[in-house]
Amino acid sequence: MSGDHDDAVISRQVRRLETLLEEKGIVGGDTVDEVIDGFLSGASPLNGAKVVARAWTDPGFKARLLADGSAAVAELGFSSGGVQPQRLRVAENTESVHNVVVCTLCSCYPLRLLGPSPGWYKSEAYRSRVVREPLAVLAEFGVELGEAVSVRVWDSSAETRYMVLPRRPAGTEALTEPELVSLVTRNGLIGTAVV
Amino acid sequence: MPDTTAVFAPGDLVRTYGHDPVHHTRLPRYARGKLGVVVEPEGFAPLADVRSQGRDDAPVEMIYAVRFSARELWGEGDHEVVLDLSQSYLEAADVR
Repeated sequence: MSGDHDDAVISRQVRRLETLLEEKGIVGGDTVDEVIDGFLSGASPLNGAKVVARAWTDPGFKARLLADGSAAVAELGFSSGGVQPQRLRVAENTESVHNVVVCTLCSCYPLRLLGPSPGWYKSEAYRSRVVREPLAVLAEFGVELGEAVSVRVWDSSAETRYMVLPRRPAGTEALTEPELVSLVTRNGLIGTAVV
Repeated sequence: MPDTTAVFAPGDLVRTYGHDPVHHTRLPRYARGKLGVVVEPEGFAPLADVRSQGRDDAPVEMIYAVRFSARELWGEGDHEVVLDLSQSYLEAADVR
């Protein structure tokens, strides 16, 4: 089951499959690397940061982003990509709700908008603990939430990817959209940091 | 031909199935047999439980975002967990 992935075993299987495809002439030696490089070059937390900065500065865009994330990020040139259609759902942090993203079954993640996922996101510890004791996990990331803030954990599966829309920091009214982009961190987009 | 209507609407109370299938499923163990509230229908997808068995007759089903309280899932805690669940993982529930 997908919860039982062992990285070493999977890596061996993937390498073996790649070798077979090359030996049989189905895929050229450099093709796999080219496809991976092409995909990853378009995958960066900078993309998610641009989406957030636009939402902070354009209320119309923010409304569209929260109503239909996939369509809204496509306005900025970000398609979901991947081998099957993926829906993007953006969860907005407010004064009273803090959102955090996980995939307890495997490691689903909005790669295009957040870049390659950090190792801890795929770890058993994060996946099993954040749904059970999110306050303790968030505290370990240095996130202390007030008593009045409730936590909502989004446990992804294959068809939908989640991204957090962090709260705009106070005192940033004078900043331009590009300046706001630089404030947004990857962990802020996962929900394991405030921005 | 997929059923093109959603059976559950936002706010509906649902209970997840409680059994432990031998095959792949995308209902996590911690959320089996639990009461939740539908957040929204998310769209149709082939049922992973069937597709993962190499069968090409997987029913195409609505997937729902369903919200559970930590107390329902773990018996403690004040947070909420939202999960994406296929329609056949869910049945209507009337009692809270």
